[in-house]
Amino acid sequence: MLNKYPMWKYVLLGFIVLISLLYAAPNLYGEDPAIQVSATRGAKVELATLDKVQSILQQAGISPKSAALEDGQILVRLKSSEDQLVARENISSTLGDGFVTALNLAPSTPAWLEAIGGGPLKLGLDLRGGVHFLMEVDMDEAVVKAQEQMVQDLRSDLREEKIRFRGIRKDSGTTGVLLRFTDQNTLDKAVDFLKPRNAGFEFTDKVENDEYVLSIAMTELKLKAIKEDALQQNLSILRNRVNELGVAEPLVQRQGIDRIVVELPGIQDTARAKEILGATATLEFHPVDSVTDVNDALAGRLPSSSVIYKERNGRPVVVKKKIILTGNHIVDAQSSADEYGRPQVNISLDSKGGSKMSRFTKSNIGKPMATLFIEYLPTGKKKANGKLEIKKREEIANVATIQAQLGRSFRITGLDNAAEAHNLALLLRAGALIAPIQIVEERTIGPSLGEQNIDNGIKAMTYGMLAVILFMFVYYRKFGVVANTALLFNIVMIIGVMSMVPGATLTLPGIAGIVLTVGMAVDANVLIFERIREELRAGRSVQKAIHEGYANAFSTIADANITTLITAIILFAVGTGPIKGFAVTLAIGIATSMLTSIFGTRAIVNAVWGGRNNIKKLSI
Amino acid sequence: MFELFRAKQTLRFMKYSKPASWFSILLIVGSLATLSINWLNWGLDFTGGTLIEVGFEQPANLTDVRATLAQADFPDAIVQHFGSSHEVMVRLAPREGVKGEVIGTNVLNALQQADFGQVDMRRIEFVGPNVGDELAEDGGLAIIIALICILIYVSARFEWRLAMGSVFALAHDIIITLGVFSLFQLEFDLTVLAALLAVVGYSLNDTIVVFDRIRENFRLQATLTPEEIVDHSLTQTLSRTLITSGTTIFVLVSLFIFGGALIHGFATALLIGIFVGTYSSIYVASSSAIRLGISRDHMIPEVVEKEGADQEAIL
Repeated sequence: MLNKYPMWKYVLLGFIVLISLLYAAPNLYGEDPAIQVSATRGAKVELATLDKVQSILQQAGISPKSAALEDGQILVRLKSSEDQLVARENISSTLGDGFVTALNLAPSTPAWLEAIGGGPLKLGLDLRGGVHFLMEVDMDEAVVKAQEQMVQDLRSDLREEKIRFRGIRKDSGTTGVLLRFTDQNTLDKAVDFLKPRNAGFEFTDKVENDEYVLSIAMTELKLKAIKEDALQQNLSILRNRVNELGVAEPLVQRQGIDRIVVELPGIQDTARAKEILGATATLEFHPVDSVTDVNDALAGRLPSSSVIYKERNGRPVVVKKKIILTGNHIVDAQSSADEYGRPQVNISLDSKGGSKMSRFTKSNIGKPMATLFIEYLPTGKKKANGKLEIKKREEIANVATIQAQLGRSFRITGLDNAAEAHNLALLLRAGALIAPIQIVEERTIGPSLGEQNIDNGIKAMTYGMLAVILFMFVYYRKFGVVANTALLFNIVMIIGVMSMVPGATLTLPGIAGIVLTVGMAVDANVLIFERIREELRAGRSVQKAIHEGYANAFSTIADANITTLITAIILFAVGTGPIKGFAVTLAIGIATSMLTSIFGTRAIVNAVWGGRNNIKKLSI
Repeated sequence: MFELFRAKQTLRFMKYSKPASWFSILLIVGSLATLSINWLNWGLDFTGGTLIEVGFEQPANLTDVRATLAQADFPDAIVQHFGSSHEVMVRLAPREGVKGEVIGTNVLNALQQADFGQVDMRRIEFVGPNVGDELAEDGGLAIIIALICILIYVSARFEWRLAMGSVFALAHDIIITLGVFSLFQLEFDLTVLAALLAVVGYSLNDTIVVFDRIRENFRLQATLTPEEIVDHSLTQTLSRTLITSGTTIFVLVSLFIFGGALIHGFATALLIGIFVGTYSSIYVASSSAIRLGISRDHMIPEVVEKEGADQEAIL
């Protein structure tokens, strides 16, 4: 029979509708203002912390909706955003340094929806407010620094080896170094000595003005590695600092070869964010004062030449004020495993650092040495003279025993686990020479504008849709109602799919994309209905007209939508930020609208009108 | 049956194809002229610089705001209302030697310390000059890639004459939309660029519906001339063209009115694009296909059946 769907198609359609409704549903529940407490270095969020938080809230006269410990974080849901601000103030001042207290909005999705992976739409920064930074690592500077390092190292290596050379300098314009010798023989000796020690470099020699010139240049591979290192270093430092900011869901991500995106949703004080991201860190090696007892020192009996610092876990260590070496002599630090699989950190120093280290360790074998990590963080407050107040944070990163006289490269062993080794290497590198980074793009949306953008978007969508729905009803009567039903389900499906896909975020242009989809989604139905009208005018029976209408319009609709899809994909590929948001909703909207306006409307039309041969007139 | 439009007989669109072509050429030349004289009013995304949007409690007096900023060492600030009299947008060109990200904070501080009552930060955007160039480059590239992909797809699905016709129409729409933006010096930012690509998609949509009919009619009607076929097809699809443009214009007007100032440029570009696109799918696309000598022979050897024929099962 014409225009009848088999049962399975209705079942399939019902299933699709159900899934969309299910995944769109979390958006109905809204969000609770919440506070998220997580631990930074050393501290740990435990059940005791949760009890403490609850008692703090009680003292402040705030009764939370709920407070729970999940995945090593405490999430406190509150009744109002006023409560939220007061609670944060109290919690962060009482808990103190080891914890980060962040404002957040926690979706109040029911547990059974969460269990199937449901959650509300993720909103872009333009809708929820926040900061977007694009930062660029100065790669030229990174290469120049590496070049300067080479000059220093080669010079001291050759001197140590007593190979005489006339001069050494950076080869300006290239990434290499030029060494000048008086005769070919010394040059060859130098090459023989240097080549095995300097992998990743190309050696070429020539004779110029009676001088024998050796040019040592970085290979492409080495160059790439230097740049990659500079980026990774900045990336890990930024990640650490972002954690300091107390932002609920920060994003730090590399983009391309020399850029890093930092997104901080919901942050209010952007000036402070910028300063913390731009903070500087350094590193110092100190001898440990093993004569003074820690308890004596804590009681105030501390020699004037010593000072107490705390380790990451809060354990105090007495170290001498004397600095063996500062972190700017560190060239590289990598975590790895030794021959027995135990974690270790390999450190390379520059030549000056190497000789300092060598001199000190020679006479101190068997004694402990502490690595002190120092970070300068602006507090966000201003001093009386208008300058920014800067907080110095010092922490012992590691205490190791000196096993032998150390040189330019040495290793720290005796670490508890690989994670600790990795962390230490990261801290050590943070004190090393870092390629400078600068903000090349910033987009900050205040929270009030974010809210207004959502309101505007919803308003525009509602009125636009009402106009379209009214028109379709007036123009196509009952078939118009069918098309409108499909349109509404299309919106539900777009929201459902957007909530389901992990990477999809809704932005203001994204809302514009949905609004545009509403206008264009009815196009498929207009095409079909106009075709049915034409077939009716040509004198075909009602059933035949419906059948032909759908069949003939299909390829047109497919062609038209595929081309729009092509543009959406290109937009997604080359677009950034908000434009990507637009492309995503446009693409999803095209796909879902094809389904609802062809398959969906046909199902309804078939169920209502299909197979009935007694119909003489269609309400179209 | 309620109808906007019903043709008793075929409308002779192609009779006016010559004056229409001249009209289009005139519009394109005009657009190119204003583009070459005024170029575009590039938004921050492309020029680089800093933009600060602030909300005032009281309606803000722009002269006072300018004076305050001039005192704070920003005499070159462009200050204007944005959306309402309570909101003010300040724009600054990139500066030598000053870190861009600091400018936003400084401007905000200057305004908050002056005697304006409560001043809220609503938006700060800073785009470094290099990033701006890149965004412009990527945007231009996107449009060109889109046009090429579409040319390939339409050539494969239809015929190169029709493909050329559709690409002419698209170029026509983009140039004229840009021309309007140039003439009225409307700000051209990233969202407008996105809108421009959406115009490409929409206008093509329209063109393809017409082309599909033209192809179908070439196959069905052996006796008609190409002009008659085109006229016939355009008449048949006219009510659909008008209705779809209509519903799209509904939502765009709604977006323009309620969507807020941030989305104005986007809605404007699409509104212009849809007017021009509707016109161009009738005159530019079809008539250039005829000029390129489209005929029945080009449609027949293609044995590819309509996609719908074997798709019935899922409908």
